[in-house]
Amino acid sequence: MGAVEKQHTEVAAPAAWDYAPAPEAREIVSFERRYGLFIGGEQVSPRSRSWFPTISPSTEEPLAEVAQGGQKDVALAVDAAREAFRTWSRRKPSERAKVLFRIARILQERARELAVAESLDGGKPIKESRDVDLPLAAAHFFYYGGWADKLEYAFPGRRPRPLGVAAQIVPWNFPLLMLAWKIAPALACGNTVVLKPAETTPLTALLFADVCRQAEVPPGVVNIVTGDGSTGAYLVREKGIDKVAFTGSTEVGKAIQRELAGREVSLTLELGGKAANIVFDDCALDQAVEGIVNGIYFNQGHVCCAGSRLLVQESIHDQLVRKLKRRMATLRIGDPLDKNTDVGAINSSAQLERIAELVQSGVDEGAELYQPPCRLPEKGWWFAPTVFTNVAQSHRIAREEIFGPVLSVLTFRTPDEAVEKANNTMYGLSAGVWTEKGSRILWMADRLRSGVVWGNTFNRFDPSSPFGGYKESGFGREGGRHGLEPYLRFE
Amino acid sequence: MSQTVALPRSLELPGGGRLPRPGSVDAVSLEGRAAELAKRSIKRESKLFALDLAIRMIDLTTLEGADTPGKVRALSAKAQRPDPGDASIPSVAAVCVYPSLAAVASRALSGSSVKVASVATSFPSGQAPLEVKLADVRAAIAAGADEIDMVIDRGAFLSGRIGQVYDEVVAVKEACGDAHLKVILETGELGTYDAVRRASLVAIAGGADFIKTSTGKVSPAATLPVTLCILEVIRDVYDETGLVVGMKAAGGIRTAKQAIQYLCVLHETLGVEWLTPDRFRLGASSLLNDLLLQIRKQRTGIYRSPDEFTLD
Amino acid sequence: MSKRLPVRKTYKLFVGGAFPRSESGRTLEVEGYNVARASRKDAREAVVSARKAVAGWSGATAYNRGQVLYRLAETMETRTSALAAASSGRREVARAIDRVVWYAGWADKLAQVLGSSNPVAGPYFNFTLPEPTGVVALVAPDEPALDGLVARLAPAVVGGNAVVVIASESHPLAAIELAEAVATSDVPAGVVNVLTGLRSELAPVLAGHMDVNAIDVTGADGDAAALEALAAENVKRVVRAKEDQSPWEIASFMELKTVWHPIGR
Repeated sequence: MGAVEKQHTEVAAPAAWDYAPAPEAREIVSFERRYGLFIGGEQVSPRSRSWFPTISPSTEEPLAEVAQGGQKDVALAVDAAREAFRTWSRRKPSERAKVLFRIARILQERARELAVAESLDGGKPIKESRDVDLPLAAAHFFYYGGWADKLEYAFPGRRPRPLGVAAQIVPWNFPLLMLAWKIAPALACGNTVVLKPAETTPLTALLFADVCRQAEVPPGVVNIVTGDGSTGAYLVREKGIDKVAFTGSTEVGKAIQRELAGREVSLTLELGGKAANIVFDDCALDQAVEGIVNGIYFNQGHVCCAGSRLLVQESIHDQLVRKLKRRMATLRIGDPLDKNTDVGAINSSAQLERIAELVQSGVDEGAELYQPPCRLPEKGWWFAPTVFTNVAQSHRIAREEIFGPVLSVLTFRTPDEAVEKANNTMYGLSAGVWTEKGSRILWMADRLRSGVVWGNTFNRFDPSSPFGGYKESGFGREGGRHGLEPYLRFE
Repeated sequence: MSQTVALPRSLELPGGGRLPRPGSVDAVSLEGRAAELAKRSIKRESKLFALDLAIRMIDLTTLEGADTPGKVRALSAKAQRPDPGDASIPSVAAVCVYPSLAAVASRALSGSSVKVASVATSFPSGQAPLEVKLADVRAAIAAGADEIDMVIDRGAFLSGRIGQVYDEVVAVKEACGDAHLKVILETGELGTYDAVRRASLVAIAGGADFIKTSTGKVSPAATLPVTLCILEVIRDVYDETGLVVGMKAAGGIRTAKQAIQYLCVLHETLGVEWLTPDRFRLGASSLLNDLLLQIRKQRTGIYRSPDEFTLD
Repeated sequence: MSKRLPVRKTYKLFVGGAFPRSESGRTLEVEGYNVARASRKDAREAVVSARKAVAGWSGATAYNRGQVLYRLAETMETRTSALAAASSGRREVARAIDRVVWYAGWADKLAQVLGSSNPVAGPYFNFTLPEPTGVVALVAPDEPALDGLVARLAPAVVGGNAVVVIASESHPLAAIELAEAVATSDVPAGVVNVLTGLRSELAPVLAGHMDVNAIDVTGADGDAAALEALAAENVKRVVRAKEDQSPWEIASFMELKTVWHPIGR
C-alpha cells in the first residue's frame, strides 16, 4: 500500500507500551483516627455521641471516623457562628480580605496534601484534584479576598451589608472546591458560616479546619459539621440562620425550598443538570472529541454540568462516534493516586448502583451500549466509561441525570432542532456548542436555556465567572461579582 | 480564522483513497490536549522502553554551513554506536545531512542499519526554481541518500498557490524514485494550525511518506501541539483511506523528557502501531546524549555527568 | 326629560391580547362592577399565551422593548381619567406613568449594568448577560391599586418576560384599565395577561404551575408562605419587592447566562 512498507525493512511496532504505575506519595497526608466537629474554632466531640467511618471508594478502606452531627450539634455550631458574626461583620473589610488571602496561600502551600486527601476520600484522579480542584479552590479565596473591601463598588447605587449566618451544604463531587465556592464569598461579605460537607467526602473540609487555624480565622467564623442528610436537614431548620446555600440534587433542593417557605432566609440552589453538548458538522472535530470526553468523563461524570447528552449533527454522526470510541479506548481507569489515571473510582456504592440501574434501563430501552476494553480494579467501586448510541429523546438515559461516566448520543439536523432538543429538559445548567461559525455560536448561545454556555470548550470554571442554573437546575450564581449578591442584603 | 484553502482539484491519493475533509483545528483545545499529554508520568521500565525507542527514532542531524566530512564521519559513528561502552544501546534511525555530504555519510554508514537522510529542494527556504530543487534531489539520491527531506515553498502556500505546492511534492516524489520522502512544512512559518492541517493534507496527497514539522532554522520548530495537529491529520487519512503516513518532529527537542512527551502524544493519538521508526522520527542532535544519560541513570539509579558521553 | 344613562364597561379578563369573559361564566361584584372571576382553566390559558409570547418579546431588541414600553406610557397618559377613576386619582396615575417611562429607559442599559465581562485565568473570552426567566406570575398588591401593580409589572416586562397578573381582589379595576392601555400600546399579545377573581383560587394554581418560571409574591401577604412552598415544585424563582424602583428589581426577574469561548489563532 504505502511506500513505507515497500522500501524499508519493517521495524515491528511493539505490542504495547504499558505505563508503569506512577503513584503520588500518599504519605504526604495523615488522617487522624477520628475527627470531631469544628465549632467555635475547636474540634469538639459530637453531642450525638455518634460517629461513622469515611471510606476510600477506590480501595474500600476506612480512612477515618467522623462525627455524625445531631440537632444539638448543629444548634451549637449556629450559635457559634451567630456569636462570631457580631465581631466578624464589623471587622475592617481590608482585614477580612487578608484572612481570605491567607487561606488562599495556605491552600496553595498545602495543595499536594489536600489533593491527595481529596483523591483518597472521593476517588477522583490525582491529576484532577491536583490541577483543577486545588488551584481553583485557592483561586476562589484569592478572588473573593479581593472583593471584601470593595463591595460598595460591586452594586452601583446600593449599600451592601452582610446577611448573618450562612448555612452551606456541599456535595461529594468537588468537596473542597465546593467548600471554597461557598465559604469564600460568604466570608468576604462579612458573614459567618456553618458548612456541612457531604457524608462520603468529609475529610478535606476537616483538613480545611486546620487551614483556618493556620490562617487565624477567628473562632466561630467557619464551623464545620459533618454528618449525613439528617444533619443537613437540622441545619436548614435551625432558627438562627439567615441564608442557605445548597449544591446537590434537585430533589433535595426542592425540599429545602419548601422547608424555607415563609421564613426570612435567603436561598441559593445549585442543582442537577442534563447538559446538551451540541456538535455541528463544521466544527474542529478532534477538539470537539476532546471536549466531549472532558465533558462527560471528567471526574467520572460526577459533575452537575456534565455534557451528558451529546447532540450530533446527523451528517457527522458516524465519523464522530468512531473518533469518540477510539479516544475512549485511551482513557486510563484505575488508582486515583496514579498520576496517569484519567478516570477514577465511583464515589460510593450507592452511586454505583444508581449508575448501573440507569445504564441497564438504557440497554432495556434499546439504546446501543459501548464500553472500551478496560480492566477495572477488583476492590472499590468502578464503572467503565460508557457511551450509548441510538438514544431517543424519550429514553430515561436522555432525560435523567446519571451523575456517572455515561454519555447518550442523539442526533439533530438543523440548528433549530438542536436548540429545541437541547432545551427539552427540566434542567438548565449548562450547554456546549461546537462549530467554526461565529455567528452560529452566538445564535445558539442566545437560545439555549442554561446558565452556562461553553462554545468550543466544555467544563471550564473560574472564580471570576458566574455559574448557576436556569429552571430546575437552581437559582443564584456562584462566582464573579454576581456571586457576592446571595451573601448580601442592601440598605 | 485563516482563509479557507481550496485543495487542488482531482487530488488522487496514492492508494486510491479519498482525502478527509480539510477540517479545522481549535488552537486552544489542541494546545490544552498537548499540555495534558505532556504531564504523563513515565516511570521505570516504561521509561526505559521510551528512551530506547526514542534513540531508534532519531534522525541524527547536522545542517550547518560549517559541516565537514570529518564532522559527518564522527556523527555517523555515533549514529551506529551511540554509547561505545554499552552494546545494548541501539543505533539511531538515520543521519541527516546536506546533499553535498550525503556521499560521506553513505560511505560511513554502509553495512549498517542507519539510513542516510538528506535535505534537498533548496533547503531551508525552498525558494528556488523547481528544476534546481529537482536537481538537488537527484544529486542527493545519486550520492546515496535513502531518504529525502524536502521543504515546501511556504511563500507559494501562504499566497494561495496551493496547486504549486502540490505539484512540487508530486515532482519531488517522482524524482525520489525508491527513496523515502519526508515533506517539511516549516510549521513555524504557516501561522495557524488550520494551515498546518491543510499543508499536511496537500503533502500527503502529493505523495509524502512522512510529514516533517520543521527545518530547525526557524523558531518555533517542532512543538507538541503542532505535532499533535499533524498526527491527527495522519490519523484521519489512515481512518479514511488506510494509507499509512509517518511523521518527523524536528528542531528544539533536546531532552529525554521532551522526547517522552512526544512519544506519549504519538502513542495516545495513533496508538502503539505507530511506535516504530518506520512511522515516527525525531530530528535532533543533542537529544541523543541526554537519552543515553537518562538510560544510564535509570539503570544505575545514580545521577550521571554529561562528560560520560561523547560530544561528536 | 330623563337623565342620560352612562354606558358601563364590562370588566373582563385580558388574555393573549384579547378580553374574554371567564370560561366559567362566573363574575364577582367588586367596586360596583361585575368583574370576571377567573377559573383555574383561565389561569392555564393565560400561562399558555404568556409562554407563546416569551420568544418574540425576549427576542426583540432591547431598543424595541424600550420603545414599546414608552408607548405604553403614552397610552396610559391618554387614559389618565379612566386610570384615575380606578385608582386613588391622578397623582397615582402620574406616578405610574413616570415609572413606566423610567423602566422603559432601562431596556437597553440592563445588560451593561447587570452583565459583565469576566477576566478568567486562561485563553477564553467570557461574558455574563442577563436574560429573562420566562413566564412570571405576579400577585398584585392591593394598594396602591394602579401604581402598586405597575411597580411590579414594569420591571418584570422590561427585561423580556411575559407576565400573568393576578389582579388585586379588592381593587381589580385598575388592572383591567391598565390592560386596556396595554392592549392599545404596541406590547405584543400575551406579554401581559390579567386575571381577576379570587386570589386564593388563582395564586396557588400559578404557584404550582410547572410552566411558570417565577412568582412575585409581593402582593400575597399572608399567603406568601404557602405559595413559596408550591413554587418549590419546579424550583420557581420567588420574587419580592425590595426597593421601590431600581434596576435590581428588574434583575430579580432575570437569569444570568455566562458564555465561554476560546481565544486562539
